[in-house]
Amino acid sequence: MIKTYIQTFQKYRYLLGNLITRDLKIKYRRSVLGLLWSLLNPILMMLLLDAVFSMLIGASEIENYPLYVILGQTLFSFFSEATNGALESVVGSSALMKKIYVPKYVFPLEKVLYSFINLLFSMLAVLIVLMFKPIAASFTMFLIVIPLGLLLIFTIGFGFILAVLYSFFRDIKHLYSVLILAWMYLTPVIYPLSIVENTPVVGLIVKFNPLTWYITYFRDLFLYGTIPNLTTTLICIAYSFGMFILGLFVFRKAQDKFILHL
Amino acid sequence: MSSNDVIIVDNVTMRFRINNEKVDSIKEFLIRIVKRSLTYRSFNALEDISINIKKGEVFGIIGLNGSGKSTLLKVISGIYKPTKGTSTAFGTISPLIELGAGFEDELTARENIFLNGSILGYSKNFMLGVLDEIVDFSELHEFLDVPIKNFSSGMRARLGFAIATVIKPEILIVDEVLSVGDYRFQEKSEKRITELFDGETTVIIVSHTLRQIERLCTRVLWLEDGKEVMCGPTTEVCKAYKTQN
Ligand SMILES: Nc1ncnc2c1ncn2[C@@H]1O[C@H](COP(=O)(O)OP(=O)(O)O)[C@@H](O)[C@H]1O
Ligand SMILES: [Mg+2]
Repeated sequence: MIKTYIQTFQKYRYLLGNLITRDLKIKYRRSVLGLLWSLLNPILMMLLLDAVFSMLIGASEIENYPLYVILGQTLFSFFSEATNGALESVVGSSALMKKIYVPKYVFPLEKVLYSFINLLFSMLAVLIVLMFKPIAASFTMFLIVIPLGLLLIFTIGFGFILAVLYSFFRDIKHLYSVLILAWMYLTPVIYPLSIVENTPVVGLIVKFNPLTWYITYFRDLFLYGTIPNLTTTLICIAYSFGMFILGLFVFRKAQDKFILHL
Repeated sequence: MSSNDVIIVDNVTMRFRINNEKVDSIKEFLIRIVKRSLTYRSFNALEDISINIKKGEVFGIIGLNGSGKSTLLKVISGIYKPTKGTSTAFGTISPLIELGAGFEDELTARENIFLNGSILGYSKNFMLGVLDEIVDFSELHEFLDVPIKNFSSGMRARLGFAIATVIKPEILIVDEVLSVGDYRFQEKSEKRITELFDGETTVIIVSHTLRQIERLCTRVLWLEDGKEVMCGPTTEVCKAYKTQN
């Protein structure tokens, strides 16, 4: 059975690539500055943060605070963009899905991968910024593929679930826009983990929040040149594959039903 | 059941919820739970349908609007999973169900050809090989690099048709689409379809116009409210259909 899965995936891999190219073309063709903007955005933000925080005292509590924020924000916007895209993907392709057989998981998967490519562009910009910073480049930087890959797997799984929910309940979209906002505040994107660690409920949520783990993992490697320990790595892996398997399971269960709802 | 059947529909029943009773928000879902009215009425869009179609046959489906013709095609294509029974198809299915279903307005005709080809499951190299043929047939030479949002519906239909029929698919599914475009293109597309009738491609046609079915098909299924009324040679079924409608 696994073998036939892999065979059909091979067959539709080209479609997946084409759909991603389609989205990239549309995004970057619409605005001439599109690609440039993707690169420029983190750089400008960086300059702004640098300027603001050099004026504030006490912000130096976090080493390299501007970069700390940029990294957190870049990773979180990926998650937000990708999951929103996945949420709408199935409903958005319903016209096509009702006319021709295409494996349905292609659509949420495509949206997440598309956002991931945008994330890679932004990371490129961050690397450019880094060259102007007094940060010793460390070999641990190469290890960022680990948290990036794990975050990607987690996001795909979560995206599958959202796509299914939205195909049944159209008001999920509004709920999710609130949830993602709350989720951002409960993730150490702009604040250091240490300030919530001792608050009772919030601290616990932040600590169990998978995104906290991925983002911290990433910053440790990228910013501070340290390698997270084995336990941390295993927890990240567990979150990723747990969510991926759950998502796949939910999607497979629902896909014969939601087609009737579209 | 003989060995050269390419499509085997075995006792298929397709049950739908009645459309206006669908719950599509959490709010409504919760209200229904509170009111304990979460039961749905449903109906059978197809009921105990069995057909075997042989390789190279041109098979027609007739019936009034809402009799389940499109639903049956969707079950055969694998888009719907039947509530009961099974449907098996041996070979790649190329649908002509509403032409140009995966077109993207912002992209050019050329880009859309490759995108649409991949939706139908064809590789890039394959599409490169047939690009000229598609452009020739659709007569869109000058417009190849124009975004498709500037196309008329006739131009879209021509392009969609050209892509779907550029190769001889093993199974071709045609749902009321032979009546698009201008008169000249209708003739051209019907000629193209007849070219496929050389015994290699199996064709299933749904059409409003009985004349088209009579001209093209070898065997016909007549559906009424999801049930088979009659299935057999074209002339017999069409004659019976005409006397009743
Ligand atoms: N996804 C669906 N959910 C509920 N009812 C449906 C769905 N698709 C089709 N129907 C209903 O099933 C019946 C048969 O539809 P269809 O197969 O499109 O008929 P035809 O193609 O013969 O005109 C119609 O009453 C239609 O409203
Ligand atoms: Mg129909």
